[in-house]
Amino acid sequence: MIQWLQQLMEGFAKWPPIVQAVIRALLLVLPILTLVPGIIWYERRLLSWMQDRIGPNRVGNFRLPAHWKILPPGLRGRKFKLFGLLQPIADGVKLFFKEDVTPASVDRVIYFLAPALALFPAFALGATIPFGPYTLLTPVADVNIGVLYMLAISSLGVYGVVLGGYAGNNKYSLMGGLRSSAQLISYELSMGMSLAAIVLATGSLRMTDMVAMQEQPLWGMGGYGQIFQNWFILTPYGFISGIIFLVCMVAETNRAPFDLPEAENELIAGYHTEYSSMKFAVYFMGEYAAMFIFSAVFATVFLGGWNIVPINWGFLADNSPVLNGLFGFMKSMTIYLSPIWMVGKIIAGLTFYIWLRATLPRLRYDQLMSIGWRSMLPLATLNFMAVATWIFISARYGSAAGIGMWVVAGVVVFTLWRLLKSIDKGADLEVRTVKMVGGKPAPVVEVDPERVAEAVN
Amino acid sequence: MNGVPLVAYLLVGLFMFTIGVVGVVIRRNPIVIFMCIELMLNAANLTFLAFARYMPSSNVAPTGQAQAVMSGQMMVIFVMAVAAAEVAVGLGIIMAIYRLRQNIDIDEMNLLRG
Amino acid sequence: MDLSKLPVKPTPELGIFLLLAGIAMASAVGVIFFRNAIRSALCLVLNFFVLAFLYFTLNCEMLGIVQIVVYTGAIMVLFLFVIMLLNLGAIQTDKDEKLDIKLPVGIMLGLGLFSLIASQIVPQMIKIQTPKAPDNFGSPQAVGNTLFSNYLYPFEIASILLLVGIVGSILLAKRRLNP
Repeated sequence: MIQWLQQLMEGFAKWPPIVQAVIRALLLVLPILTLVPGIIWYERRLLSWMQDRIGPNRVGNFRLPAHWKILPPGLRGRKFKLFGLLQPIADGVKLFFKEDVTPASVDRVIYFLAPALALFPAFALGATIPFGPYTLLTPVADVNIGVLYMLAISSLGVYGVVLGGYAGNNKYSLMGGLRSSAQLISYELSMGMSLAAIVLATGSLRMTDMVAMQEQPLWGMGGYGQIFQNWFILTPYGFISGIIFLVCMVAETNRAPFDLPEAENELIAGYHTEYSSMKFAVYFMGEYAAMFIFSAVFATVFLGGWNIVPINWGFLADNSPVLNGLFGFMKSMTIYLSPIWMVGKIIAGLTFYIWLRATLPRLRYDQLMSIGWRSMLPLATLNFMAVATWIFISARYGSAAGIGMWVVAGVVVFTLWRLLKSIDKGADLEVRTVKMVGGKPAPVVEVDPERVAEAVN
Repeated sequence: MNGVPLVAYLLVGLFMFTIGVVGVVIRRNPIVIFMCIELMLNAANLTFLAFARYMPSSNVAPTGQAQAVMSGQMMVIFVMAVAAAEVAVGLGIIMAIYRLRQNIDIDEMNLLRG
Repeated sequence: MDLSKLPVKPTPELGIFLLLAGIAMASAVGVIFFRNAIRSALCLVLNFFVLAFLYFTLNCEMLGIVQIVVYTGAIMVLFLFVIMLLNLGAIQTDKDEKLDIKLPVGIMLGLGLFSLIASQIVPQMIKIQTPKAPDNFGSPQAVGNTLFSNYLYPFEIASILLLVGIVGSILLAKRRLNP
């Protein structure tokens, strides 16, 4: 089996480069296209579970006819449940056959162009992401500007939303579009800064180099420390970067709690108010494809790419006296089944998206801007500077001094945080005691300040 | 890129530059004029890069040949930085004028008329 | 001009170049001939995007991607933002600029400029066929090394310029509290 696959790959390597590139692109885009309905189903089911509802569970249930003689006796008349898996397909068919209303006073060219512009970056974004260690198949283009390419293409995502909002010739749509452009520009900065720290630590912009870097021993440890892999989410700077990137990636895909551009209860549906039928479906698909790809980027940059767990199986297999067969097996499974692990991590990312949507209320516009500019950007910049200092110290005084720097930095940050928290305490309580107009003062409810602080935060 | 002569890039750059000049002359919307200026800057950038690729500086800089090759690209980076600053300030000016006059037709901007 | 003397062979690279250059030039024309400011801006976005690919064909991958980030990702979004805020696209379509006398004058000027400069550069540069710079001269490593060593002071000055630009634009766009 494996030999046959190897022969196939050798043959594939001899094909003209353009054909190879097209096949690589198809291998990226087609799975995403087919997975989008699955993602929608997953979101609806998971959301309904989190909200204690049932969700779509009917479409796709079927019963085999009892009188069909072709079937083996056990299957005749048997019921099968697909748990509503065909619901997105039914929805797709419904969207196809809906009337495609084009409002009278829209700017036609831009109106038709905008959904396409929304879909394009969502698919183009994945071109530099490696789904496994097979260089022939998986990053469509393993360019030396991989991360920058990702940032560049994601910055094009704003056009679909802004132009859709403008073309609708509708105040609410325009508001959605303007909000979106402000939001995306603001959060792109923090996203770039958070990735810059990782680029600095890796020393390369190439995505495959980032995955290779994450297979190094954790924190540069020697000896048995080499068992663990240096996933960036496990390092202090990578952890901060990862959290910033998570927030920014939710903001970049216009998902709750950052879904101001399409806020249903303020803006009807924001930028796609005037869109119906397939054009709306294209927007919808672009959003889910972008979620998928951003999760893939997060998995690649912070979660060790296509490795399943941060354990260096090869090192274990070489150094353990007894279980080396098992560890060797794990190593080969990690390599051969790498796309599956990658997709598993992507599904974890999607779950995070859906979890956020079920948990957090939508932010206000000023809160959004304040988080983006006053928290995320300074934090990302500080993190970037800390990584630069760490690299400098490690290069100058050895890696022990570098780790010492992280410890000192952690202590300083923790002390400052406690200090700020102790100053801040009680400030929130003032707001809570409301005086009634023209009556007695409202009874001040005795509350535990800790719990109030928690609730406010 | 092999097979493409330098002059092809230069002509594309020249064409874009000319279009930018024509646009500045014939349009009255200041934002479009602004966009034409950006077009001219980008034409210059393309020319810089074409020259950097086809005719890199043959003078050996004090730091060596490898650095001299890069001068065209450095120029482009600074042009981009200046263009970004220029756009931020220019669009700010346009917004301010619009707030003052409710109109940004360039032929009617005669506030400084004596 | 004698066409057979043109030393251009039809290679795939030439085809790609002609495609990109054609899109770039057509969209450049679109910028000045669309009456609607939004469409002009979109043409310019297309132009800058294609220009990035022209940079890639020159092996300047770093600058090409910076072109997309800076121009199509930031500057043109800012343009669109302002056009929409001032709602210029809608107004300008109706009563728009009469292109009256300026149009022929502008086109004549453009033709004159183009032929003047082209007549000077084409005979000089027609012989240069092959790129001389090393293939990896546009990689992020090469650009970064040069930018942060030889060009450190210009880089710092550019960052100060950008800071001044930020402060200036905030000051200009801020609503006066007490007019």
